[in-house]
Amino acid sequence: MRRRSALPGLGLALGITWLWLGLIVLVPLAALMLRPWELGVAGVWASVTEPRVVAALGLSFGAALGAALVDLPLGLLIAWVVVRYRFPGRRVLDAAIDLPFALPTAVAGLALTALYAPNGWLGAPLAEMGVKVAFTPLGVAVALAFVGLPFVVRMVEPVLRDLGPEAEEAAAVLGATRWQAWRLVVLPALGPALVSGVALAFARAVGEYGSVIFIAGNRPMESEIAPLLIVARLEQYDYAGAAALGLAMLVLSFAFLVVFGLMQRRLRRGVA
Amino acid sequence: MIEVRGLRLRYGGVAALDGVDLALRAGEFVALLGASGSGKTTLLRSLAGLEFPEAGQVLVEGRDMAAVPARERRVGFVFQNYALFRHMTVFENIAFGLRIKPRRVRPGRAEIARRVEELLALVRLSGMGGRYPDQLSGGQRQRVALARALAIEPRVLLLDEPFGALDAKVRKELRHWLRGLHDRLGLTSLFVTHDQDEALELADRVAVMRDGRVVQFDTPEALLAAPADAGVAGFLGDAVPVDCVVREGRAWFEGLPPVAVEGVAEGKAVAFLRPADLLAESGDGGARVVAARQDGRGVRLTVEVGAMLLEATPAPGWVPRRGEACRITVLAARVFPA
Repeated sequence: MRRRSALPGLGLALGITWLWLGLIVLVPLAALMLRPWELGVAGVWASVTEPRVVAALGLSFGAALGAALVDLPLGLLIAWVVVRYRFPGRRVLDAAIDLPFALPTAVAGLALTALYAPNGWLGAPLAEMGVKVAFTPLGVAVALAFVGLPFVVRMVEPVLRDLGPEAEEAAAVLGATRWQAWRLVVLPALGPALVSGVALAFARAVGEYGSVIFIAGNRPMESEIAPLLIVARLEQYDYAGAAALGLAMLVLSFAFLVVFGLMQRRLRRGVA
Repeated sequence: MIEVRGLRLRYGGVAALDGVDLALRAGEFVALLGASGSGKTTLLRSLAGLEFPEAGQVLVEGRDMAAVPARERRVGFVFQNYALFRHMTVFENIAFGLRIKPRRVRPGRAEIARRVEELLALVRLSGMGGRYPDQLSGGQRQRVALARALAIEPRVLLLDEPFGALDAKVRKELRHWLRGLHDRLGLTSLFVTHDQDEALELADRVAVMRDGRVVQFDTPEALLAAPADAGVAGFLGDAVPVDCVVREGRAWFEGLPPVAVEGVAEGKAVAFLRPADLLAESGDGGARVVAARQDGRGVRLTVEVGAMLLEATPAPGWVPRRGEACRITVLAARVFPA
């Protein structure tokens, strides 16, 4: 039955993988999935269809998706600049891209809030133009775009580097305009990586807490994110209610990630 | 047809092209031969409009190309690593140049399909149109790149180390096939190589490049018979440089008999000796056989003369053995003042 392989250790490696995955991921998720049902099916349904909950879920997923879509062109541009050009300060820029990874999210949240508050450096001129960022859903999206940006950049960068300038040069010599070279050669090649980056940015944004709660203002029905509501329920010892909300987020996140995965598979056609 | 005049280009202070002059005739197959860093690829890219020379002109059919972007030059370019579009099938790769044409000059779908099939047949890849580049061998990819370049009916075909990434056997096959294709289609082609066999065997004329300059541009026969300078002589034909002194119309060596030379100033000089220039015979003449190897082309003989190791040609009928004493006659030499 067992075939010999040049890569021994499958049994051990797979065993550790499953144990680890089980302890770190599956057991907590199972607990999360079991806990809410003490409320009964109707209770769970009522718990997650409360208007305040629906509004919070809508904001969390809507803002996360919006932020990820904003990160898409921005991240692509940054990756492009870092890969294709040589300029003074390139290494500094390259290192700065990862800062949102490293910064405690609360620090990021406070900094963004100070910046976008009605009396902040950016908030004041924006307020004069009639745009309110801090303490609105827009502010939530800004914070989420901030934490998600590195994912897009870091996913696209290696693919872009690997693609090299030759493909574009080949397109140009064959008569393509810059726009045609981009649309027909570069973007299709980057497609799967772009979707991965957006999916990661989205996933991170959905679960983001620290950087959002400061800038969001947390007004129920308006700028309150779902994770905050979960914390609120926990503070009221409503563990089952919190778990029900968690379950709802889990299901929605999973659905989104499946959609991203399908998109990626379609784009990957031929790009082995 | 294609002419380059005084082309100059520097990369970070180093001259990649240092005043290149070159003129190709229509229908010619020309090789750019040089060591890496000699500027041959830069020259090729300048012709395609992928590099921007600081001085000099590129003329195609008499027209200055300085203001003409790469996409309007109608140049076929085969990249060293082929640069195929990996997310497109072979068919789509070849059709690319036709499909992106402005609507008013673009051929219809059926016409494009017909042309692509024709090109696929031309490069012997009929029926492979639906494959992706990753599913092809190196030689097949190279031919796809060629078909893609030919699809736009280029005025000139530029190939950057076209056989560089292929194994020896495929390489030889493709060489002759490419030359045949060039002749059949009446193309004007310029290809870059660092392999002198390739250049000498394939090209009508070879431009030898060194340090960003074309040092000699001539037919293979002329290059071998009369190299322009010591550098070219040393580069071609497996020549070994040997110190000598020129006196009374002869080059005198240490340990080798003299050989007649013409038109070289008296004094210290360097002679470039190829295996075919040295005839080795059995007998005691101050030389000794170090190695004798039989291969498909005959016997490769290495002899020791004093402290020098030289390749020589054994006299007909003599089977050299390792360690045997022998006598060398210098049949010819290309000699340059030291």
